[in-house]
Amino acid sequence: MGHLSAEYVSVAFAGLKALSSVTLRIQSGHISGLIGPNGAGKTTLVNVLTGFQIPTEGTVILNGQPLGRLKPHEVRRRGIARTFQSGRLFRDLPVIDNLEVTGVGLGMSRRTAVAEAEAMLDWIGISALSSRIAGTLPYTDERRVAIGRALMGRPAYILLDEPAAGMSAAEATELSNLVRRIARDLGCGVLIIEHNVGLVLGLCDHIVVLDSGAVIEEGVPADIRKSEKVRHAYMGTAAETSLPAEEVML
Amino acid sequence: MLQIVFDSLSLGSLYALGALGIALIFGVMRLVNFAHGDVIAFCVFALLWPSTDAMAIVFAGQLPWYLLIPLVLSVGAALSVLCEIVVFRRFRRANPATMMIASFALGFVIRYFLLMLFTSRPKSISLLPMLSQPVEIFGARLPLLQIITIIVTVLILLGLTFFLRQTRFGLEMRAAAENFSMARMLGVRANRVIMGAFALSGALAGAISLIFVSQTGTADIQMGSSIMLMAFIATVIGGLGSLSGAVLAGFALGAASVVMQVILPVDARPFRDAFVYGAVILVLLFRPQGLIAARGTQERV
Repeated sequence: MGHLSAEYVSVAFAGLKALSSVTLRIQSGHISGLIGPNGAGKTTLVNVLTGFQIPTEGTVILNGQPLGRLKPHEVRRRGIARTFQSGRLFRDLPVIDNLEVTGVGLGMSRRTAVAEAEAMLDWIGISALSSRIAGTLPYTDERRVAIGRALMGRPAYILLDEPAAGMSAAEATELSNLVRRIARDLGCGVLIIEHNVGLVLGLCDHIVVLDSGAVIEEGVPADIRKSEKVRHAYMGTAAETSLPAEEVML
Repeated sequence: MLQIVFDSLSLGSLYALGALGIALIFGVMRLVNFAHGDVIAFCVFALLWPSTDAMAIVFAGQLPWYLLIPLVLSVGAALSVLCEIVVFRRFRRANPATMMIASFALGFVIRYFLLMLFTSRPKSISLLPMLSQPVEIFGARLPLLQIITIIVTVLILLGLTFFLRQTRFGLEMRAAAENFSMARMLGVRANRVIMGAFALSGALAGAISLIFVSQTGTADIQMGSSIMLMAFIATVIGGLGSLSGAVLAGFALGAASVVMQVILPVDARPFRDAFVYGAVILVLLFRPQGLIAARGTQERV
């Protein structure tokens, strides 16, 4: 079974340490969660894993091989896809073209790209949105399209950066189901960054907690629930995180 | 009346094609290419032997039209791509103002190169003489050229629409025009897309120069700059980066110029352009984002 990992990764921006010696492993077919207060370095870690950020120290290992200094689209071609906090779709283009251009960028012929894009929209259950202009979509649909775009070319790993931000409880549940299907049916290794800790606890097989650029805790959801350190990290910051009080007390 | 409509459409065609050439490049690299006008001039002069005579000595103009047209379009495309490779590629990461100034400089280089070879004297030239005959439509006598200009422009617009919508390259270009860095992250081949935009833009410049020279019968080193100014204004009114907006605004400007020419009192006619620019200011006061705002440039809060 394949895995993608960041090994002892550090990132410094002008002397400021965004990540210090962080190790995180994502496994095929498993869902990993990455949580932590704002500014903990979660997105920076995703940037390192996807070639958007070159680490100051440490390496990214894909199936036992160091990834090296690849550009984002080269990393994407190796089967590591991601979404962004703000959907970042091509807002002028129809939904189907958003997926199609990704396929083309991955080196597919146009015909193959269209076929896969249609199949992907159908698999997610948003075929009806196919010809809508991406910029006119409501927030939640935009997120699902962004996931569809990331799934083009059937990546082995997908990293979701706050996919549930701004979603209602019902929408978040629907999203959880989609993420489960991605891991189970497509065999993808999933990493999910989320502020909605309740969602992460209910969804993930394994959770890593970052605070101030370092891993302060990791384990199965039950361990995280019990963790004194996690509770402290969350309580110590502003109340903007959506960790419900009862989750912390558990 | 019919005359006014056709005048507007044929003048508008020139502006629309010019605006399209600018919008295409602006779309993929946020560059307002002021050298575009000089590329237009170059396309015509490329057909002439260097000389200081008032009569142009055409060496390629005797070619039949089905060879002449592709030749001029290729000259435009080639020069434009050359500009990209030699100059603009080096400014890829520069800010838009720097790129714009570079384009001014490049424009001067092309213009003075022509000036050296041909002097500033306008040359009379007859490229496609068969087009100057008038034809009668609905009782109005119209120059055949005007009708062909309009038809050609419509065909170019349809062709370009088809290209952008139906081809793989067009798809990559639309994505890159909207969000270049994102397209690049997804593996869209940035250099090819930008070169394609320059080639298309240059071919459009070739088309404009053919139409313009056939209409006026003179080749003038300054010819590009007057069209360029109007075309640039059209791209701004159209909403920078929006191709359909650029075309629409190009036609609107053409119509405004022709209508002003007709309705203004005789004494005010020499100031026609001032009135047109005044109208432009009014439009921009009410719609600063342009008629059709390019969606990619709108930030969502």
